[in-house]
Amino acid sequence: MANVEYVRDKEIPPAPPPLIEVGVIGWVRQNLFSSWFNSLLTILSLYFIFVCLVDFIPWAWGGHWNTKSLRECLDLDPNVACFSVLAARWEQLLFGLYPAEEYWRPTLTFVLLILSIIPILFSRYFRYFWFSVIYPGLAIWLLWGGSFWSIAIVYIGLILGVGAYFILSSKLIKTTSVSLLAAFIFTLFFFGFLSDFLARFLANVLPISLPFIESLKMGGFTLSLIVGVSGIVASFPIGILLALGRQSNLPLIKMICVGFIEFIRGVPLITLLFVASVLLNYFLPPGTNFDIVLRVVIMVTLFSAAYMAEVIRGGLAGLPLGQHEASASLGLNYWQSQRLIIMPQALKISIPGIVNTFIGLFKDTTLVSIISLRDPVGLASTIRADAKWNGIYWELYIAIGLMFFIVCFGMSQYSQYLERKLKTDN
Amino acid sequence: MSSSSFPEEKFRWGMLLSDTRYRGTSLQVITFIVFVAVFFWLVDNTLKNLALLGKDVSFDFLWIRAGYDINQRLIPYTNDSTHAMAALVGILNTLLCAFVGCIIATILGVFVGILRLSKNWIVAKLMSVYIEGFRNVPVLLWIVMVFALLTEFTPAPKAFKGANPEASMFLFDSIAITNRGTYFPAPVWGEGSIWLLIVFFLSVFAVLTLKRHSTKVKRATGKDLPTFWISILLLVAPVVAVYFFLGKPITLNYPFLKGFNFKEGIHLRNSFIALTLALALYTSAFIAEIVRAGILAISKGQTEAAASLGMRPNKIMNLIILPQALRVIVPPLISNYLNLTKNSSLAIAVGYMDVRGTLGGITLNQTGRELESMLLLMGFYLSVSLLISSVINFYNRSFQIVVR
Repeated sequence: MANVEYVRDKEIPPAPPPLIEVGVIGWVRQNLFSSWFNSLLTILSLYFIFVCLVDFIPWAWGGHWNTKSLRECLDLDPNVACFSVLAARWEQLLFGLYPAEEYWRPTLTFVLLILSIIPILFSRYFRYFWFSVIYPGLAIWLLWGGSFWSIAIVYIGLILGVGAYFILSSKLIKTTSVSLLAAFIFTLFFFGFLSDFLARFLANVLPISLPFIESLKMGGFTLSLIVGVSGIVASFPIGILLALGRQSNLPLIKMICVGFIEFIRGVPLITLLFVASVLLNYFLPPGTNFDIVLRVVIMVTLFSAAYMAEVIRGGLAGLPLGQHEASASLGLNYWQSQRLIIMPQALKISIPGIVNTFIGLFKDTTLVSIISLRDPVGLASTIRADAKWNGIYWELYIAIGLMFFIVCFGMSQYSQYLERKLKTDN
Repeated sequence: MSSSSFPEEKFRWGMLLSDTRYRGTSLQVITFIVFVAVFFWLVDNTLKNLALLGKDVSFDFLWIRAGYDINQRLIPYTNDSTHAMAALVGILNTLLCAFVGCIIATILGVFVGILRLSKNWIVAKLMSVYIEGFRNVPVLLWIVMVFALLTEFTPAPKAFKGANPEASMFLFDSIAITNRGTYFPAPVWGEGSIWLLIVFFLSVFAVLTLKRHSTKVKRATGKDLPTFWISILLLVAPVVAVYFFLGKPITLNYPFLKGFNFKEGIHLRNSFIALTLALALYTSAFIAEIVRAGILAISKGQTEAAASLGMRPNKIMNLIILPQALRVIVPPLISNYLNLTKNSSLAIAVGYMDVRGTLGGITLNQTGRELESMLLLMGFYLSVSLLISSVINFYNRSFQIVVR
C-alpha cells in the first residue's frame, strides 16, 4: 500500500473575495467605474453636481434672514440669498389675507386634517374613521366661521335621514326602495322646512360661533390645500361613477358619461376656471352669485373627476371578464358585485394612476392665480409688487416650490407604499 | 303538471324599477328627462341673463377691426386686422409653442428615461432627482421661474456695446442672448436656392433607395451592407458641392447691435422661449417615466432569447426591444403631447400671445363677448384634442398584437 504522506481531511474554507470586489471599493467599481464609458459618465455627473452646488450652497447657507428690505440685503452682501422676505411674509404665503388674530383657525384645520387622514391612510387606525367623516364640516366651520349650528344642522339632518331609513326598513316597510324614498323625502322635508328654524333655535340656546371670514381673504398655501383637498375628496367618488357609467350597457348613460369625460379632458383647466369666474353667472338663474372658492372647487373637482374616470376605467379594463361572471354566478347584483368584487381589484390596479391624478390636481391649484385668487404663485407677484421686495425671485420661488414638492412627493411615496402593501402576487 | 301552471304574469308599475327587463329602459328615460330639463334650464337662464344685460349671441365681432398689436406672429397681422385674424395668429402661436415644446420634450425625455435605467448609480440617481423635481412642482411655477431666469440673468443689449463689452455673443458673433430675447442669424434665400432644395430631396430619395436595397440584400443573403457612412455622405456631399457650385446662394443675416437693441436676424422673445422651455422640461420628466416603463415592460427573456440567437446588444435594442417597447410607449406619449398643448394656455403668465391671450384675452375683454369667445376657444382645444385622440386610436388599432 502506498504510503500517503498527507491527505487533507478538512475542506479548505473559501478564500475571502479580493478586497477590490467587496465593500465600498467593490461597490464603487461595480456601480461607478465598471467601464471607461461608465467612468466618464461618473466624472461628468460629479462635475455637474459640483457646478450646481458650488454657487448654490454658499448662496443659500449664508442667506440673510432678518433684514427689512431687499436693498438692505444687497448692501450687506449681494452674493447671498435674501431669505428675509420669507421671514417677513411667511404668514402671507401660508394664510393669504386671513386676519392675523385668526391664524389659529387654519392652523388647527391643518392639524386636524392630518389627524383625519390617518384613519384612511393606515388601516390600523380605521376605528377612528368617524373623525374623518365629521372633519369636512368642522373644517368648513373653522375656516369660514359663522354659527356652528348652521354646519352642524347638515350633519344632524343626514343622521336623522339615515336613522329614518333604518327604522323604516327594519320595522315598518319591507321594500328597500320604498323606505329609501321615504327617508329621502323626510330628509328633504327636514332641510326644506325645519333646518333653518332648528339652527336658529340651537344658536340661541347654545351660541357657538366664530367671526365670519369671506372667501376672498383666503389665500396662500391654505387656499391650495382647501381647493386641493376638497377636489381630491369629491372627485374620487364622481370619478368612480363616471367610469362605471362609461362601462355601462345603457347607451344613453354611456353617451352622457363619454361626452362629459371627453369634453372635460379636451379643454385646458384654465378655460374651465375662466368659465367658473366669468361665465357661470350666465348659466344660473339671474341674481345668483355664489362663492368664488366654491365655484373653483366645483370646476377643479369636475376636471379631475374626468381624469379619474379614465384611470379607473383602465383598472376596470385590466380585470379579467371571469371576475364579472364569477360574481354574477354567486348571485350578487350589480352594485354588490361592484362593491365586493370588481372595485376593490380595479382600484388596486389603478392606484398609481389615481395618485398621479391627485398630484396633478394639487399642482393645478396654482392655476387659480390666473383668475386672480391669491394662491402662493399669485402671492409671489403680490409680494414683489411691494417696493421693499421688488426684484426678489428665487427665494420666493424656491420656498413655494419646496412646499408643493413636499406634499406631492409625499403622496407619490405613499402610493408606492400602498402598492407594496396590497401586492398579493409573487 | 304542464308548464302552463306558471302564474300569469301581470304588469305592475313597481316592475319598472325592480324588474331587470324594464329597469334599464326606465332608468334611461328618467336620465333623459332630467338631462333635457337641466339643459333647457341652463339655456333658459343664459338667455334671460343675456337679455338682462342687453346682449345677444352673435359671432359678428370676429369680422370687426381688432385694434391691438401682437408682438410675436407667424402670419402678417396689424392692428387693422380683424378679431378672427387675431385669433388665427393666437392659434398659430399656440401650435408653434406646442410643436417645438413636444420635440424638445421628446428628445430630453427619451434621453433622461434611458439614463435613469443606467447601471451607473450616480447617473441613475441624478436622473431620478431631475424627474421627481420636475414632476412634483407645478408647471406654472416652472414657467415663471424660467422666465425670471431669462429676464434677470441675461445681459441687456447695451451690455454688448463698446470696445470692451460686459457680454459677448456666442458662436462666432451669431447668437445674442439678451434680456429682451434671443437673436439668431436668419437665412436669406438667394437666387438658385431652389436648386439646393431639389438636390437635397434627391439625396434623401437616394438614401431611402439605398436603405431599401440593403434590406433586400439582407433578406436574401443575411449580409449586412455598410449603409450608415454612405448615407451620411450621400446626404451631405451633393448639397455642399451644389452650394459652392452655385456660388453660395443661401447667406445668413446676422443680428447686430444698433442703438440700444439688436437689429435683423430672427428674434425669439423671452416669453416664447420661457414658455416652450418650461413646458418641455416639465413634460420631459413625464416622458422619461413613460420611456422607462416601456423598456422595463419588455420581459428579460426577450433580451436573453435574442442574445442566444447571437445578436449584438445594439441589434437587440433596435430589432427586439424598441419595436415592442414602442407599443407601450407611444399612446401615453401622445397623450402627454396633448397635455403640453393644453398647458400652453398658461402663456398668459409670461405674456406670450397664444390663442388664450388673443381670442380668450384681449378680444374677449374688448368686445365683451365672453360666451362666444369661450365657446370658440373651447372648440379649438376640443378639436385639437379629439384629433390627437383619434391618432392614438388609429395607432392602437394598427400596432396592437395580432392574436392568431
